[in-house]
Amino acid sequence: MSAIADVDPTTVSTILDQKTDLLRQRGAFDRDRWLTGAAALLAVAVLVVTVALPVGALVGQSFFDRAGAFVGLANFARYIDNPALVRSAFNSVWLAVVSAALCTGIAYVYAYGLTLSCMRGKGLLRAIALMPLLAPSLLPAISLVYLFGNQGVFKGWLGDVSIYGPLGIVLGSVFWTLPHALLILTTAMATSDGRLYEAAQTLGASRWRIFRTVTLPASRYGLIVAGMVVFVLVITDFGVPKVVGGQTGVLATDIYKQVVGQQNFQMGAVVGFVLLIPAVLSFLVERRVRRRQAAALSARATLYVPEPMPVRDRALLAACLLIAFCIVVMIGMAVFASLATYWPYKLAPSLKNYDFGNMDGGGWGSYFNSLWLAVGAAVVGAIATFVSAYLVEKPRHFGLLREVLNLLANLPLAVPGLVLGVGYIFFFNAPSNPLRGLYGGMAILVICTVAHFFSVAHLTSLTALRQLDREYELVSESMGVPFWRTLWRVHLPVAMPTVLDVAGYFFVNAMTTVSAVVFLYAPQTTLAAIAVLNMDDAGDVAPAAAMASLIMLTAALGRGLFAMAGRSVLARTQGWRGR
Amino acid sequence: MTSFLSLRGIGKSFGNTRVLDGIDLDVEPGEFVCLLGPSGCGKTTLLRIVCGIEHADHGQMLLGGQDIAGLPPAARGFGVVFQSYALFPNLTAAQNIAYGLQPTGALAREIAKRSREMLDLVGLAAHADKYPVQLSGGQQQRVALARALAPNPRLLLLDEPLSALDAQVRTSLRSEIRALQKRLGVVTIMVTHDQEEALSMADRVVLMHNGRIEQAGTPDELYYRPRTRFVASFVGRMNMLPATVLPEGRMRVRDSELVCQPGEVGVGAQATIGIRPEHVVVRRFGDDVGINSFAARLLDTEFFGNRTAARLACEPLGIEIEADLPVDHRDVEPLVPSSMVHIQLPQHALSVLAR
Repeated sequence: MSAIADVDPTTVSTILDQKTDLLRQRGAFDRDRWLTGAAALLAVAVLVVTVALPVGALVGQSFFDRAGAFVGLANFARYIDNPALVRSAFNSVWLAVVSAALCTGIAYVYAYGLTLSCMRGKGLLRAIALMPLLAPSLLPAISLVYLFGNQGVFKGWLGDVSIYGPLGIVLGSVFWTLPHALLILTTAMATSDGRLYEAAQTLGASRWRIFRTVTLPASRYGLIVAGMVVFVLVITDFGVPKVVGGQTGVLATDIYKQVVGQQNFQMGAVVGFVLLIPAVLSFLVERRVRRRQAAALSARATLYVPEPMPVRDRALLAACLLIAFCIVVMIGMAVFASLATYWPYKLAPSLKNYDFGNMDGGGWGSYFNSLWLAVGAAVVGAIATFVSAYLVEKPRHFGLLREVLNLLANLPLAVPGLVLGVGYIFFFNAPSNPLRGLYGGMAILVICTVAHFFSVAHLTSLTALRQLDREYELVSESMGVPFWRTLWRVHLPVAMPTVLDVAGYFFVNAMTTVSAVVFLYAPQTTLAAIAVLNMDDAGDVAPAAAMASLIMLTAALGRGLFAMAGRSVLARTQGWRGR
Repeated sequence: MTSFLSLRGIGKSFGNTRVLDGIDLDVEPGEFVCLLGPSGCGKTTLLRIVCGIEHADHGQMLLGGQDIAGLPPAARGFGVVFQSYALFPNLTAAQNIAYGLQPTGALAREIAKRSREMLDLVGLAAHADKYPVQLSGGQQQRVALARALAPNPRLLLLDEPLSALDAQVRTSLRSEIRALQKRLGVVTIMVTHDQEEALSMADRVVLMHNGRIEQAGTPDELYYRPRTRFVASFVGRMNMLPATVLPEGRMRVRDSELVCQPGEVGVGAQATIGIRPEHVVVRRFGDDVGINSFAARLLDTEFFGNRTAARLACEPLGIEIEADLPVDHRDVEPLVPSSMVHIQLPQHALSVLAR
C-alpha cells in the first residue's frame, strides 16, 4: 500500500491547516483567469489595429478631401460623374459573374469526377488542379500573353478577338480560381449521404433522376459558396487584369491607378469602398449558407462509395483530362518561355531570363525579400492563429470578449487585399500614428500579409482545437495545473499537424500575393510577385515569366517542406493518435 | 461533530430555469455518496458546483467548517473523473497520472514513484507506457481514476464514470471502485442515473428530482422505505394502490380494506400504498387465504430466467398488479394466463407514500 493509506482524509484539522495553502492556490487560479483574459484583450487589440482600424481609415477617408476637410458624399459624386470609373465597376461585375459561372461549372465536373465517380488517376488529377494555388495570378496572365498575345503561338485561333481585354481576364481568372472552387465542391460532394443514394436506387430511380434529386440538392450549397468565393476573388484580383486587361478597366486596376499612379488617395478610398461592398455581401451570404448547410447535414449520414459505371467514368475522365491538360499548358507555357533564350525566335534553353540583377523590379533582392516575408508570415501567422483560436475556443471566462475576438478574426475574410493595403497606407502612414515607424519596413509587410490571410488559418486552427475534449481544461484546472502548461504539453502536440499546415498556407500566400503588399513595399523591400508585375510593365515579359516560375517553384517547395514536417510529426506520434 | 462537507441551501438557475432549489446535504468522513436521478434533475450541476466549475447562486458550502463556495476548482484540492475520462491522448498512462503532481513542486523522482504506486493500485503496472488509444475503455477509466487520486485529493468526484463502458466491464469496475474507495477512505461523491449502480456502490444515495433532494438515505432505506411516489417508482419497480386512510390501522382501496399502518397520514386522507412486485405473494387459488388476500386473474407472464414476472388483474382492489411468480410454480402445474390465483400483500411490505 502506498502513501495514500498514510493520509487520513477524515481529519478535519489537516484541512484547516491547509487554509493558507488554499489562499495561495487561489492566487494562482486568478492569475490563470486574468492572464487568458489579458491575452484575449491583447489579441482583440492587435486585430483592431491590423484590420479594423485600417479598413475604418479607408472608409473614413472616402468622406474627406485631400486637405482633410469633411466633404460628405462629394467624392462619391465625383466617382459617379467619371464615366471611365463607372464603366470599370460595370466591367468588374460582369467579368466576375462570367468567370464565376464558368469556373464553378468546370470545377463541378472536375469535382464530380474526383469524388462521385470511379475514374482512374484521381490523385494525379487532383494534384494538377490544385497547382494554380502555388502561382501568383500573374502567371496565367503571362502565359495567356505567350499563347494568344500579339506574338502568341495560337494567336490565329482567336481571329480578330484580342486576348488583351475581357477574354484574357476571364480565361486567366478561371484558371487561378479553379482550385478554390474545386476545394469547396469536393468537400461538399465528399459529404454526400450514402443512405440517400441507396434509398433512391431501391426505389428504382434512374441515374439522371438520382443526380437531379440527390446529388444536385446535396451540392447546392457548395455551388452557391463556390460561385460567391470565385466572384469575390475575381472582382478583387489585380494581377490578371493588370497583365492582360488591355484597355478594359476594372475596379482593382482603378484603385491601383488612383493610388499609385495619380496619388489620388481620396478616389482610391472611394474605389476601395466600392470594392468592399461585394466582398462584405458575399461574406454575409456565405456565413448564412454555411450555417444552413451545417444544419442540413445529418450526423448519421454514411459515406457514399461510388460504384464503377464505365461510360460515365470514361466520359468524366476525358473531361477532367482536358481540363488538366489546359492547366498544365497554362503553367508550362510560362515556364517554357522563361527558359527559352529568346521567345519565339530562339528556343534553345538558357537561364538568361533568370539573371534578375540586370532587370527592373529589384532583382534577386526581391526574391529573397519574398522568401523572408514568406518565412516570417508562416511563423508569425501559424503562432498568431493558433493562439487566437485557443483563446476563442478554450477559456471558460470572458465569453463576450472571446466572441468579439472571433468576429474580428473572421473579418479579414470580408476585406479584399487591395482594400487592406490602401487602408494600411491611410492608417500607418498617418503622421499621428505612433506605429508610423513600421511603414516602409519588412515588419509591416509581414503584419499585413498575416492579417490578410488570417481568417482561413484561424478557422482551420479552431476546427482542430474543437476536436479536443473540453474537459481537458477542467481536468487541469481541478488539479491546479496552469493553463499554459496544458496548452504546451497537450493542445500544441495534438494540433501540431494543423499548425504546420497553417504555416504552409501562410508561406504559399505570402510568396504569391500581390494585392495588399503592392501598396506597402518600399525600394529596399520589393517583393518577387511585385517584380513580376513591374518587369511585365516594363516589357520584360520573359524575365517576368521566369520570376513567376521561380515563385511557383519556391511555393511548391515550401508547401512540400511543411507537408513533410507535418507527415513526420504524424508518423512519430502515430503511437498515440491511433491510426 | 462537524460533517466533512456540508451544503446549505444551494440554489442555481440557468436563465429562467431553476436547476437546483435549496439543496441541503451533509457528507460524512469516509462516505461514498451517490447523486442519483433522471437526466435534468440537477445532479450533474450539483457535482459541478462542488467541483468549482459552476458557482451556486446562493447557499453555503462548508468543507471542514470552512466556506469554500467562492474557491476556484484548483484551490479545493478535489480529484475529478469526468464522463469522457479526458485522458490526454499524447501522454502515456504514467504521464497522465503524473500530470497533476507537477504543480505540487515534488521532485521528479517522487513523482515517478507516486505515479508507479498509483498504477499498481489500479492494477495497470504493466501498462505504464501505453497511450490512451492502446488501452481498453475499462483501463482508460482506471487511469483517469488513478490520475484523480494521485495528488491525494480531499474529495473524489465521479461524473457518471461508468456510463461509457459496456455492461460487463461496468459491473466489475463497480466493485473495484468501491473497494478502492474503502481502502483509501477517500470521501467520494458520484453522479449516476443508473439506480443499480447507485444501490450497489453507495453508502448513501441522494435521489434528486426537479432540482430538489427527493430522499437521501442508505440504499436499503431508499428501496424498502421510499417516502414518495417518485422515489418508489424511480428505484426499482413498485405497484401503487390509491387508498383512503381508515381508523385503527386500516386503509380502504376501492371496495376492499387492507391492514396497513398509515404512518403520519391522518384518518380520512388520501394516500398511496406501495408494494414491490417481489413482495406480492402469489398462491394457487384457494390456497391458505390470510390477511390482505385477494382473488386475482393472471393476465400474462414474462420470463426473465431468474424470475418470472406476472401481470394480474385484481378485481377487489380495482387495479392491475405486477408480481413475481413463486420460483417453484412450474414444478407442479405452471400458471398460465387466465388462471385464477390468490395474491397476498404482506403488511410488513407495504409502504405508505406521500404525493
